[in-house]
Amino acid sequence: MANVSLREVRKDYGSFEAIKGVSLDVRDREFVVFVGPSGCGKSTLLRMIAGLESITGGDLEIDGRRMNEVGPADRGLAMVFQSYALYPHMSVADNMAFSLRLAGVPAAERERKVREVAGILQLGPLLHRKPGELSGGQRQRVAIGRAIVRQPKVFLFDEPLSNLDAALRVRMRIELAKLHESLAATMIYVTHDQVEAMTMADKIVVLQGGVIEQVGSPLDLYHHPRNLFVAGFIGSPTMNLLPASVTAVGPATVTVRLATGTEVAVPVLAGPLRPGDAVTLGVRPEHLNLGADGASGVAGEVLVAERLGGATYLHVRAGGGTMLVVQVDGDTPVHVHDRVLVPVDGHRCHLFGADGLALERTGRHPLADVTRAPRPLTH
Amino acid sequence: MPSSAALGVAPTANAPARRPARRSLSTLPFLAPSVIVLLLWMIVPLAMTLHFSFIRYNLLNPALGGFAGWSNYEFLLTDPALWTALANTLLLVGWVLVITVGLGTLLAVLFDQDFPGRGIARLLVIAPFFVMPTVSALIWKNLMMHPINGVMAFVSRSLGFTPVDWFAEFPLTSVIIIVAWQWLPFALLILLTAIQSLDHEQREAARMDGAGPVSMFVFIILPHLGRAIGVVVMIETIFLLTVFAEILVTTSGGPGLATTNLAFLIYMRALLEFDVGGASAGGVIAIVLANIVAFFLVRAIARNLAT
Repeated sequence: MANVSLREVRKDYGSFEAIKGVSLDVRDREFVVFVGPSGCGKSTLLRMIAGLESITGGDLEIDGRRMNEVGPADRGLAMVFQSYALYPHMSVADNMAFSLRLAGVPAAERERKVREVAGILQLGPLLHRKPGELSGGQRQRVAIGRAIVRQPKVFLFDEPLSNLDAALRVRMRIELAKLHESLAATMIYVTHDQVEAMTMADKIVVLQGGVIEQVGSPLDLYHHPRNLFVAGFIGSPTMNLLPASVTAVGPATVTVRLATGTEVAVPVLAGPLRPGDAVTLGVRPEHLNLGADGASGVAGEVLVAERLGGATYLHVRAGGGTMLVVQVDGDTPVHVHDRVLVPVDGHRCHLFGADGLALERTGRHPLADVTRAPRPLTH
Repeated sequence: MPSSAALGVAPTANAPARRPARRSLSTLPFLAPSVIVLLLWMIVPLAMTLHFSFIRYNLLNPALGGFAGWSNYEFLLTDPALWTALANTLLLVGWVLVITVGLGTLLAVLFDQDFPGRGIARLLVIAPFFVMPTVSALIWKNLMMHPINGVMAFVSRSLGFTPVDWFAEFPLTSVIIIVAWQWLPFALLILLTAIQSLDHEQREAARMDGAGPVSMFVFIILPHLGRAIGVVVMIETIFLLTVFAEILVTTSGGPGLATTNLAFLIYMRALLEFDVGGASAGGVIAIVLANIVAFFLVRAIARNLAT
């Protein structure tokens, strides 16, 4: 069992507060990803959990035990660092056995455990090499192996894949997901890469400026962003955020008019909104498409067409200075400077009030609350 | 390797990885001036020393001259003073290395910690290195170790002990202390920068693995310092084999031969006894000794640098 809970945790550097009261529960065997732009405090938060940074306020509990003053080695955690942080003068086997050696585990036992973990990670033939003789991916696996050997309650990962090339990163991502499954371990993972967050997480924690913006499953964040920041951060290319004004308020819809004059009815609860209020309409590029002539929608001119093969991103300039990114099929015969018409489907749109908070949607997306069922405990 | 490159043959033969070099033009004319100067710089004094060591050449007796055969060497090698001087040289080098590297490593770990006034403390600890050897020897002789006026004598007197007459009772130890004091900052400086280059995440990983301060030092910091320690040992050895000013200023090689090292012995032969021939023979022996030391040193350190 490994439940981690943070209660109003703060980190104060004197002149600057890096973490401004974070409360979070990480359940047993959950894969939690901290994501956010650089400087948002995600790494600091992880290092506070690890015990490498002191906690200046609030409580950190692991399995119900307060850990604020417990040293990093005694919290039952293992961490994989961005630079791998392998000990360059030790062989792979010694690197992995180092913590056991310090703990006074007998040599035969150490050897057995290292071989076992090396088997899981296919490191067997490399055990006698020095880290300097390994490739980036192999070093990464050794760093993970060093963590597994300790049999920690919680694995902590600090941007572990950011030093790998793109192809290897995809492979390691899959390996990590498999490892999470097979070890039935609790993992906390820090990244700035939203693809890593979306693909691996059971639960994503979006951080900005030392506060949690939103916690939820990947699809929850995608379909129900709580505010403008999360809406803009999750998804690629970024969600189109268009200024609009409310024209009509119904019981389950709010109708808004864009700067281009297009009217869109969005199925959200209006709350305190009144006709005439300024709002922001958000719609993802993949939820837009080109309409046939004569349909209603935003008319504009294609300024840039980014062709990725499977999909093409069109950057469309519409009236009123509105810029719109539309994702269309890669085979669509559109060219730069073509005039296009982009219908806007209100059901795929989000509305954000003047305070940046999203208006609650009338219905939840069917997949938004689906989480990976934890594997039943077998031991 | 460097000499073959300097002669201008290597670049085409030595670089198989590069494009087939079309540089058939000779680089020799460009290299020649500096190579010739360096060669003369080294060869001429060496040749003159060798030459002098085989002739009778005493400034007190200019009439005496001519080829001496091995007699200068014979005279020197049968002189017990040479063996005392050799032993003193090795003791001096060895102990100063032990003190500077040992204490330097500990101080480097200490100065790597964050404490108030660290910048000033670092400056102060580096300062002895900027004091010229004669001056520091004088300071130690007259202000620190003097049996009547010295600080050390004052301290032992105020504690009720008899002051120690350092240069009479422990002459070589005193010289070792002075030289070690001068070279400690150098060792500290090199080792401190080496410690600071230790990857921060590596230390944190070790902390997560359960390493306390002692295991951190033994398993992480010390292996990391191996290379830097090798460099310190090599550079210090080069300079310590020729320590001279400190001995001249404090003990003049005495009492007896207690602090006479090879460099001082050569000085005594050449400039106190005016026996240029005998001094040159001593110089040749010093070259041989330096090469023996260098041989082992380079082998040990090259292995260290290769990894």
